[in-house]
Amino acid sequence: MELFKIRKDIPFMRHALVLNAVSFVTFALAVFFLFSRGLHLSVEFTGGTLMEVSYSQPADLQKVRGTVATLGFGEVQVQNFGSARDVMIRLPAQKGVNSAQQSEKVLSALKANDPDVTLRRTEFVGPQVGDELAEDGLKALAFVVIGIMIYLAIRFEWKFAVSAIIANLHDVIIILGFFAFFQWEFSLAVLAAVLAVLGYSVNESVVIFDRIRENFRRYRKMNTVEVIDNAITSTISRTIITHGSTQIMVLSMLLFGGETLHYFAMALTIGICFGIYSSVFVAAAIAMWLGIQREDLIKPIKKDNDPNDENSGAVV
Amino acid sequence: MNRYPVWKYVILVVALLLGVVYTLPNFFGEAPAVQVSSAKATIKVDTTTLQKVEDALKSAGATPQSVVLEGTSVRARFQTTDQQLKAKDAIQKALIPDTADPQFVVALNLVSRSPDWLTALHASPMYLGLDLRGGVHFMLQVDMQAALTQRIESLTGDLRSMMREKDIRHGGIARNGQSIEIRLRDAQQQDVAKRLITDQFADLQSREVNNGPDFSLVVSIKPEAARKVQEQALKQNITTLHNRINELGVAEPVIQQQGLDRIVVQLPGVQDTAKAKDILGRTATLEVRMVDESTEARAAEQAGGLVPFGTERYLERDGRPLIVKKQVVLTGDNLTDAQPGFDSQTQEPVVNLTLDAKGARIFKDVTRDNVGKRMAIILFEKGKGEVVTAPVIRAEIGGGRVQISGRMSTMEANDTALLLRAGSLAAPMEIIEERTIGPSLGAENIAKGFNSVTWGFLVIVAFMVIYYAMFGLFSGIALGVNLLFLVAILSMLQATLTLPGMAAMALALGMAIDSNVLINERVREELRNGVSPQAAIHAGYDRAWATIFDSNITTLIAGVALLAFGSGPVRGFAVVHCIGILTSMFSAVFFSRGLVNLWYGGKKKLKSVSIGTVWRPEAGTAVKAD
Repeated sequence: MELFKIRKDIPFMRHALVLNAVSFVTFALAVFFLFSRGLHLSVEFTGGTLMEVSYSQPADLQKVRGTVATLGFGEVQVQNFGSARDVMIRLPAQKGVNSAQQSEKVLSALKANDPDVTLRRTEFVGPQVGDELAEDGLKALAFVVIGIMIYLAIRFEWKFAVSAIIANLHDVIIILGFFAFFQWEFSLAVLAAVLAVLGYSVNESVVIFDRIRENFRRYRKMNTVEVIDNAITSTISRTIITHGSTQIMVLSMLLFGGETLHYFAMALTIGICFGIYSSVFVAAAIAMWLGIQREDLIKPIKKDNDPNDENSGAVV
Repeated sequence: MNRYPVWKYVILVVALLLGVVYTLPNFFGEAPAVQVSSAKATIKVDTTTLQKVEDALKSAGATPQSVVLEGTSVRARFQTTDQQLKAKDAIQKALIPDTADPQFVVALNLVSRSPDWLTALHASPMYLGLDLRGGVHFMLQVDMQAALTQRIESLTGDLRSMMREKDIRHGGIARNGQSIEIRLRDAQQQDVAKRLITDQFADLQSREVNNGPDFSLVVSIKPEAARKVQEQALKQNITTLHNRINELGVAEPVIQQQGLDRIVVQLPGVQDTAKAKDILGRTATLEVRMVDESTEARAAEQAGGLVPFGTERYLERDGRPLIVKKQVVLTGDNLTDAQPGFDSQTQEPVVNLTLDAKGARIFKDVTRDNVGKRMAIILFEKGKGEVVTAPVIRAEIGGGRVQISGRMSTMEANDTALLLRAGSLAAPMEIIEERTIGPSLGAENIAKGFNSVTWGFLVIVAFMVIYYAMFGLFSGIALGVNLLFLVAILSMLQATLTLPGMAAMALALGMAIDSNVLINERVREELRNGVSPQAAIHAGYDRAWATIFDSNITTLIAGVALLAFGSGPVRGFAVVHCIGILTSMFSAVFFSRGLVNLWYGGKKKLKSVSIGTVWRPEAGTAVKAD
């Protein structure tokens, strides 16, 4: 089977300007929503209310979960606690409602189903992740950005490093933008997904850069735009298949992973879609705008190279 | 061209065997067990305890699968959780006659069912996180009064030295509950002292109390400062708990503030729950005090009479009483490190302490001034002190390196060192609740995570085989091997697997196939350009390697950052993510190449390879390569 039968190189870079404008607008929108709406942080970040209820008979956790979920508190954890009859419920903090009011609401809803239920205790719990989380998150981000840039700058060239990082952050911000816009719950698992996309998206850019470098060596007659177009075209089958298979995995998580993995898989799905797009149209295009050329990647053997020679790469 | 030397195949086979062996324990599941361990450093669990447990079970009519002494605890395994609960009650009744002073800790536990030969190889199943299999939940109450008292005590000392420095005469400074009372000579001195407190001690407030000719100041801590002390105490206790739990080797614990003075600790996948409880519950602090060697003290020691003023009675390890002065020379706060070791002369187990600069100075002064006298090192656990050792000072000890010896076993030396090293608590705390969180949610999560991995895996392998034929099959096998290695390494490292970890596993598989796609596409491309099959395989693997290396290293950089700075679930994700990248580099490149070499490498005149359709643009139509 062969899905991709491409006769000629697809002129991706011809549309670079328009698509860059599009991605800039998407990016700006994401930033806007991040600031205007903010992220809907989960109980792990904000802290919340912990309730302990007791039934006279072993509790049906699915039913309890269902009942509490209809109250619209967001992510609620329901677990057996100590014995089969005791149930622990964790609710995220809500604006304008205190712990006592929240637990009262939950208890009355539970009582409607089973009058036997009694409230053992209710208490406020602090966030699972401390203040240092934000700091650590930023540190991790800085580490990733600097680490990847140094690596790419050594293995390739600084222009590639810069464009890969821009493309990368672009993806991350857009995922966050989605979460802010739809007010999806941003949990620690989602944070992990976002950070994984950091690595994943750069992976994609590197594959294309690698091809660009190789093409510069192989096809001395091509100019930069042609080299980039050829690199993207010849890796496009791999790109689609790889992302396809990763997406299959993520889809399987979305379908079978249940509620806990739902937003995790969602973040990855967005990450994968924008990862393809950004490495083609953001990373490669920025590298092009930065004026990447053959000499950047291949040390000229003769010093007296004619600057007008077309082999030395076009300046865009 | 496409042949591996024998040693490479040896590596592959050995790796595969190790992978299988270390993955195996995960398939045996776990047995419910009851675990008995010592509640005190002075009580040892040994064969007599084992005998007691066996007797208790026999009289209760419970039939355990096995009762064994493992390290410092006795574990009895059972068929069902019902039997486990019944047995726990029976053992508890038999071993702990006095619940106010328990000698043993009896706890529920899950023990791996994997056979002995696997356990002997240190192959155990993956640690599952609290979200996957439940775990233990502790609620600890912090004694805030004690935190305040401690703060007042230290402020009293500061006040005393400050007044000496400023030359303010006083008739005594004493702590009285949560306040300090300073007696002064006259109104003028009282005024000076009051001003000193307002100027120098921002946390304190003072009130004048005049009773006829007596002038005094009652100093107390300001309410906002008291609140700060409590907040700090809670924070420091949480930090200390973190340290202690790290010493236990539990990955990804949940340590959370609850209410104003409570801390919740959840330990997922803990095997030795009794030990965990023991370590958490201990509030060990070390104090160095001088032994009172006056005749009254001697008399009190021997006859058990009234202790002289300013002294206290503590018991030594062997049960003999010792009268020590109340004044504390040195506390555990001045301790920077504690390590178990052996005395170079007597070969006795000892604990080596390292003191900070201040501690070293005090220690030097005290030992110089008290040559020939005895000094007691007292370990406080759960509010009760016990004299570890009370040696005679033979010479001045400088340099801040101190050795505690005193009829300890190696185990005790280890425990004491661990306790001291894990840091001191700002305020004592006790476990007010201990629960086992049910694995109900966990079983569901495991099933979900497992399903998503399985379905994703099957679909990917099916696609690869259809699209790349034989090469797709090789890739599929390599992917399976990757999963095997991943599970094996996670089991080996005993890293905690959480739901995000399972997600990382699924993602790792999705990304691992990338390397194979890169290789297969490259081989096809070479074939499309008319290169001979053997050369195409060679070039495909060779050229793709650079790309695979670069892209995996960059992904690894992100993974390492998550590992370094992440906490909780993020860390759980990162561990699996990083290991997944490493195993995928091994399996997708090295292992799949091995398979390909084995299949095609030996054929000298290879006409075609089975890698699906290789489409050639110049021909305009599809040309079958196989």
